[in-house]
Amino acid sequence: MFMTSPEINSLALSLTMAIAAGLVGCFAVMRRMTLAADAISHVALPGIGVALLLRINPMIGALAMLMLGAVLIWGLERQTGITTETVTGVVFSVALAIGSMITSGDQLIEALFGGPGSLSALELSLGLLGSCTVILFILRARNSLVVALVSPDIARTSGINVARMNLLFLLAFALTIALGVRFLGVLLMGSLIIIPAATARHLARNLGGMLAISIAVAVASTIIGTYAAGLVHRETGPFIISIAGGIFFLSLLT
Amino acid sequence: MTNALQVDHLAVRFGTAEVIRDLSFAVPRGSSLAIIGPNGAGKTVLFKALIGSISYEGTIRWATGTRIGYVPQKLDIERDLPITGRDFLHAKAALAKASDSDVANALALVGLERPMLSAAIGTLSGGQFQRLLVAFALVGKPNVLLLDEPAAGIDEPGQEILATTIRRLQTENDVTVLLISHDLSVIYHYATAVLCLSRTHAYFGTPQTVLTPDTLRKLYGTAVDFHVHDESGN
Repeated sequence: MFMTSPEINSLALSLTMAIAAGLVGCFAVMRRMTLAADAISHVALPGIGVALLLRINPMIGALAMLMLGAVLIWGLERQTGITTETVTGVVFSVALAIGSMITSGDQLIEALFGGPGSLSALELSLGLLGSCTVILFILRARNSLVVALVSPDIARTSGINVARMNLLFLLAFALTIALGVRFLGVLLMGSLIIIPAATARHLARNLGGMLAISIAVAVASTIIGTYAAGLVHRETGPFIISIAGGIFFLSLLT
Repeated sequence: MTNALQVDHLAVRFGTAEVIRDLSFAVPRGSSLAIIGPNGAGKTVLFKALIGSISYEGTIRWATGTRIGYVPQKLDIERDLPITGRDFLHAKAALAKASDSDVANALALVGLERPMLSAAIGTLSGGQFQRLLVAFALVGKPNVLLLDEPAAGIDEPGQEILATTIRRLQTENDVTVLLISHDLSVIYHYATAVLCLSRTHAYFGTPQTVLTPDTLRKLYGTAVDFHVHDESGN
């Protein structure tokens, strides 16, 4: 079976997205942001709604809203001292309410679970640029992230600007969710961030192992899911997440 | 002698509760300041203000070029976190641009064996994890050590190694030490100055002038059984 150029483009994008999701997911899981991942993904909805109203690309609307949501969550957490999980819960509920007011039923389903159609050049370049930015950020910041995970106070005395790093991580996290809007939908992208990392946390014995296993599970799920969906001519998102979920449950047997 | 740290009119409030009020003291470079006081007197809060992790009023001035090694009191680490001692120390070495031999040195100083580094940090015993935290603080050649009850959970021989290490760093590398401790005997012999914090008072001075039965009674609200041993241990 030979792949056409659009197919190669979309596979390249989904693989770099999977690597970004696998890497961000490791720190999201270790920072106890598992539920926040799903919650933050809903913040994209008002952005998608506004983008559809203004007839601009939904990915740009989602990205703008997710970035705004990340800054809002960070700011509220910093000002009030309330935990990320709680602040995210509030911001996400409001975003979901506003999102469902300005988005119609069909559009909402497509935004949540992804939709069909080929990639535009803009979507491809934005997607690849976004994925590579996230991958580079996590690899460069991993030492700071590890130290801050053990103790933010120790991180501060090690010369790390903890508030700035938390903001950058939330932005990387939001960017990764936004990347998924086009293919997986925002809901399933949250799952591609969390499930491979949760599998890796269960299997790994050290940080390098966790990052490698998480990337491997995200990439394998994406490749197998895309192939399986192609065989039965269905949407790829649910297949990718079902396979990732299957690998997670298999990992529990070890 | 120049000061490593100068604190003037420091006050810390949590809501309406004033934990530290109008506190001023200086720590000369290469000296050791012991901080004592009953639970809830604000000792750890003082450290958090000194490292800038909580907001405060007044001024805190560290000397230029200060590199702090901080050992916090107690950390709650999940057992299944896949981060090993090696990951943790290498992260610090990368951040502080320290060499492998620097890490090996820090490990030798705290008496932590290399096989321990392969274990997840959440599975280490209290004493082993404490030694790892001290080793982490030593990587990157700090010139100030902030130690919040560093000996807690460490066995007797381990405490001895730790005390010797700190004294050696002070004499050989001119490291300034700020230490929160409950071991009045050790403080009496080795601290240059003592800061006693209570909810209502603060006393600052040499161990000989501050660690008196009268001050200790005012500090703890009850008589404190404290005997000064001479150097032979009697």
